[in-house]
Amino acid sequence: MKKEDEIKFDHNNDGIDRRGFLKCMAWAGTGTLCVMKGGVLNSFSLSKLNELDPAAAMGELSFVQISDSHMGFNKPANPDVVGTLKAAIEKINALPGNPEFLLHTGDITHLSKPEEFDNVQQILKDAKVKEAFYVPGEHDVAIDEGKEYMERYGKGTKGAGWHSFDKNGVHFVGLVNVVNLKAGGLGTLGHEQLEWLEDDLKGKKSSTPIVVFAHIPLWSVYPQWGWGTEDSAQALSYMKKFGSVTVLNGHIHQTMQKVEGNVTFHTAASTAFPQPAPGKADSPGPMKVPAEQLRSVLGVTSVNFVRGQKALAIVDSNLG
Amino acid sequence: MKRTVRILGMGFLLVAGFVYATGWRKQTNAATLSQPQMAHEMAAEVKIDNFSFGPATLEIKAGTKVTWTNADDIPHTVVSNDKVFKSKALDTDEKFSFTFDKPGTYPYFCSLHPKMTAKVVVQ
Repeated sequence: MKKEDEIKFDHNNDGIDRRGFLKCMAWAGTGTLCVMKGGVLNSFSLSKLNELDPAAAMGELSFVQISDSHMGFNKPANPDVVGTLKAAIEKINALPGNPEFLLHTGDITHLSKPEEFDNVQQILKDAKVKEAFYVPGEHDVAIDEGKEYMERYGKGTKGAGWHSFDKNGVHFVGLVNVVNLKAGGLGTLGHEQLEWLEDDLKGKKSSTPIVVFAHIPLWSVYPQWGWGTEDSAQALSYMKKFGSVTVLNGHIHQTMQKVEGNVTFHTAASTAFPQPAPGKADSPGPMKVPAEQLRSVLGVTSVNFVRGQKALAIVDSNLG
Repeated sequence: MKRTVRILGMGFLLVAGFVYATGWRKQTNAATLSQPQMAHEMAAEVKIDNFSFGPATLEIKAGTKVTWTNADDIPHTVVSNDKVFKSKALDTDEKFSFTFDKPGTYPYFCSLHPKMTAKVVVQ
């Protein structure tokens, strides 16, 4: 088991305290490569990818994350969400080595309509991955309390769609924090799901790398805009014994990373439209960028797990 | 004489009854006619814009019909904290209306973006 004290940061001369936060934010127009070793995440700008040792980006397990495809959205911020989702799939198919599977971290659709779900399903058929795993975003449960979502993706899941699975020694947990939201509050996991999570993780060895994925960030990105989860601290408390925990989220339509103790948090870009940086606009509504810049602020995340090094290499690529 | 009085009395009662009935009918007509007008007067609007409800506190009289319109590019809902009313997800420019008959304070929020809260105060 790796204790928090044993974690050694490769500072990359960033001057960030090893017990402090590592925050690397990639807003419009950039992507980030993140390599996690022993619970520590190092990030590199995509523009410097050629300076990186290619071995660091390859591993025994690789998967991709896409998020917030918002099928059905047709406003000026992006009138062609079909086109940009297809571009994301092309990006995935062009990756070196086939990713094992795809994670979609929610807001698959814009309004939970059957035809919107159908559209995404059809487009994702072209992705060269063996499997796809999902968690719902609030837009996927907007009109029917998640009925349509559960009919399509609920098989083998519990509650509102939470589930876990193992791949190549890595334990993956998909959490749902978009149902039964309370007035004035943030994302919520709820008592039933927390109990399930505690039980799910109980039998796992502390050396097992854990990857948690959920729609709304499980850390307080910007609570004023609802970008956080009420009871995420409780969920994370069940993961303290693990040496390597990676949390993948969507919802905020921009990439952002943070390391706190043994946990690396990572949010993925949307394949549909960008949203402003926290507090940088009146509201978190869609950010309108010039059409020629749009694809540079949308993206795909690919993740490589390297056995033995407990490393996850997280690469955010834009669709440009 | 007694009989005349009785007839006159009956006549009076008949006339009184007729006037009463007509008057009552007039009142009924007046009420029926003025109802749509009243509903028209007793209406209020809430605009959903920039992830907020405006006005955040809406003060109205009982019987007022409140209409919410979503002016955002993102869908929102209008959901009473106490489950008194609940809209479907409103896409851009879609509307939801609810008539408040009972006085009281009605806090509500967007169930998709629960940081969006507001209230209707009915007098």
